[in-house]
Amino acid sequence: MQLVFTNSLRRHLIKLSIAATLVVALTSCKKPVAIDSEIVIGEVGSMTGSEATFGTSTHNGIELAVKQINAVGGVKGKKLRIVSLDDQGKPEEAATAVTKLITQDKVTAILGEVASSRSLAMAPIAQQYKIPMITPSSTNPKVTEQGDHIFRVCFIDPFQGTVMAKFALETLKLKKVAILRDVKNDYSVGLADYFTETFKKGGGEIVVDQSYSAGESDFKSQLTAIRGKAPEAIFVPGYYTEVGLIARQAKELQINAPLLGGDGWDSPKLKEIGQDAINGSYFSNHYSEEDKSPNVQDFISKYKEAFGVVPDGLAAMGYDAAKVLADAMTRAPSLASKDIRDAIAATKDYSGVTGKITIDAMRNAVKSAVVLKVDGGVFKYQTTINP
Amino acid sequence: MTTHPLTHPQSKTGLQSLWVWIAAVAVVWIFQFFFVGYVDPYYFSIVMYSGINATLAVSLNLVNGFTGQFSMGHAGFMSVGGYVSALTTSLVVAKYPGIMGVDAGGPGIEGAILLVGALFLGGLVASLAGFLVGLPSLRLKGDYLAIVTLGFGEIIRVIVLNLNVVGGARGMANIPALTNFGWVFSVCIFTVFTIWRIVNSAHGRRFLSVREDEIAAEAMGVNTTAVKVRAFVMGAFFAGVAGGLFAHYLRYLNPQTFDFNRSFEIVIMVVLGGMGSITGSVLAALLLTVLKEALRPLQEITRLDFRMVIYSLMLIILMLNKPNGLMGTREISDVYQSFREKLRVRFGANQGSDQKGAKK
Repeated sequence: MQLVFTNSLRRHLIKLSIAATLVVALTSCKKPVAIDSEIVIGEVGSMTGSEATFGTSTHNGIELAVKQINAVGGVKGKKLRIVSLDDQGKPEEAATAVTKLITQDKVTAILGEVASSRSLAMAPIAQQYKIPMITPSSTNPKVTEQGDHIFRVCFIDPFQGTVMAKFALETLKLKKVAILRDVKNDYSVGLADYFTETFKKGGGEIVVDQSYSAGESDFKSQLTAIRGKAPEAIFVPGYYTEVGLIARQAKELQINAPLLGGDGWDSPKLKEIGQDAINGSYFSNHYSEEDKSPNVQDFISKYKEAFGVVPDGLAAMGYDAAKVLADAMTRAPSLASKDIRDAIAATKDYSGVTGKITIDAMRNAVKSAVVLKVDGGVFKYQTTINP
Repeated sequence: MTTHPLTHPQSKTGLQSLWVWIAAVAVVWIFQFFFVGYVDPYYFSIVMYSGINATLAVSLNLVNGFTGQFSMGHAGFMSVGGYVSALTTSLVVAKYPGIMGVDAGGPGIEGAILLVGALFLGGLVASLAGFLVGLPSLRLKGDYLAIVTLGFGEIIRVIVLNLNVVGGARGMANIPALTNFGWVFSVCIFTVFTIWRIVNSAHGRRFLSVREDEIAAEAMGVNTTAVKVRAFVMGAFFAGVAGGLFAHYLRYLNPQTFDFNRSFEIVIMVVLGGMGSITGSVLAALLLTVLKEALRPLQEITRLDFRMVIYSLMLIILMLNKPNGLMGTREISDVYQSFREKLRVRFGANQGSDQKGAKK
């Protein structure tokens, strides 16, 4: 028995070592070459999977920004190099990818992820290794709460409620607004609460506060209750599917007050579902392609030239994230992660495509939002609201 | 010497001895205490996911491979275990933050006790879920059962999506980091050991008999429903524990992680490894976890996103060449046995211990 056991053990060991060699050989095909003349920046995105369009847009935006930065000589005389890894839209893959970027590719900073779910898996790891991370579009407040090395260049959910309240008060001059919120959705509840607070403070009145749950398709009872109070507008901070249906059913009940909403409306599907009924409604968003300011128009034309399509909001935010990072690295006294972190934290009035970006004490971006009007199949730019 | 699935040759490699397993766990812990710090964190994370996936695959194999019930809701059980244990530890740590230790030392013995308790609780609740879904749905067979279990997995996901206490759609963040190498592989070894012992016991023969011919098994007095429910409950328990380890390693849970794709991934591991081979499940879990990462350089060099295309292609090629999976129904002990048989034929009967083994 003694002999048998050692035999088997030996064979197991041989197999194990073969497997281990294979693993090492396979994974280390391409060891990162540390060149002094370049700065390596890691990107994690959902290039494949169900949210591949988000990841691809963001990646294109980042690539465009890096190309432009390198064309004018890079940062501190060094060229930027992006290493982008796919996470298939899965939090655990994002965590593995960010570990690889930090420990294998020795990145200086990290850009990503689009979705809060992946950013939340990545953030503790970036924080643990003290590598600055900027997420272009994760709006969940918890993301930057993970540590002092985690930043974002988009506004967080509560801000949008404030924006629409200001817009209703100042631009549309409304006094009586109804709310129809999605109770199962933190995003919607957050927007509705902040809208209420700001709107009341500004002298407005919330005449009725109704609710629904995402996935419902009949909103007639809520809308009838709203109709009874005759509001001048209805704030519906939900996602485009329900909003489209609500718009149509409101028209059927002869409610002519416009609807107001947030960036959850931003989809071509909104017009498909809402059809004519959604015309004349307003929602807040990160950026508008109709914004006439020169840096926005310049970004759009360069992007079209490079990728052949009009950039969406995510591309613009990816672009801004990379630019904010490069700007901070230029200002930082050295490329040590602490210096870069401090420089990002000190970002003030950086004028990006998605507005003037200032990083606050909670490492969130304080920036302007745009208000768009749904008008016959296009989203027309109305105004920019500053915080 | 034929290897009929019902007359599974008992291994003579010493695996029957409890000491081998205890030694394996000891080795794992020695590694945890002395060597983990030197391993590259990236490779380490692949190793950790391999261990968790191996646990999942082996536990699903009990249901799909050994009992022959095609379940596709394993991610559901995993998420139940993951959320229950994560909630437990989060609540306890919120009350007694001292458990996590000072940042340099990390969680001590209290953390270990908490983790084991939470994992056990997660496993129990998952097995309760396994019982609930098993009882009514195991009257179904084949495709129908697959659909029911698939639906069950989705139901769990949607319920979690609507539970505010665990973060709903936004996911659950800040789960204490309690999982380490030692726990992942202790659990993995324990799972393999338990299922291996069950399958090779009189009890286990009932599982196999249900797979081979349910009517015949029933005629022989086997309570097939009880057997199936038992398989489901046990499989769900280990899936729940694996979910708990996953939660405390990634430190973030999102209902989307446990969608039907995740269930498919585990089913693929079982099928690729061989339905009814524990060794196969472990091998396939390792192979698939490593393969995904090993293909990354390819993506970096070519700048194209066909990593997953090649991954799928390799799966297809493997299944075409090995329709019964990598191992079929064989275990590592069988491979070893037939290898010795070959040696014996070649070199004559010069290995005394062999003949003794063959006679037994």
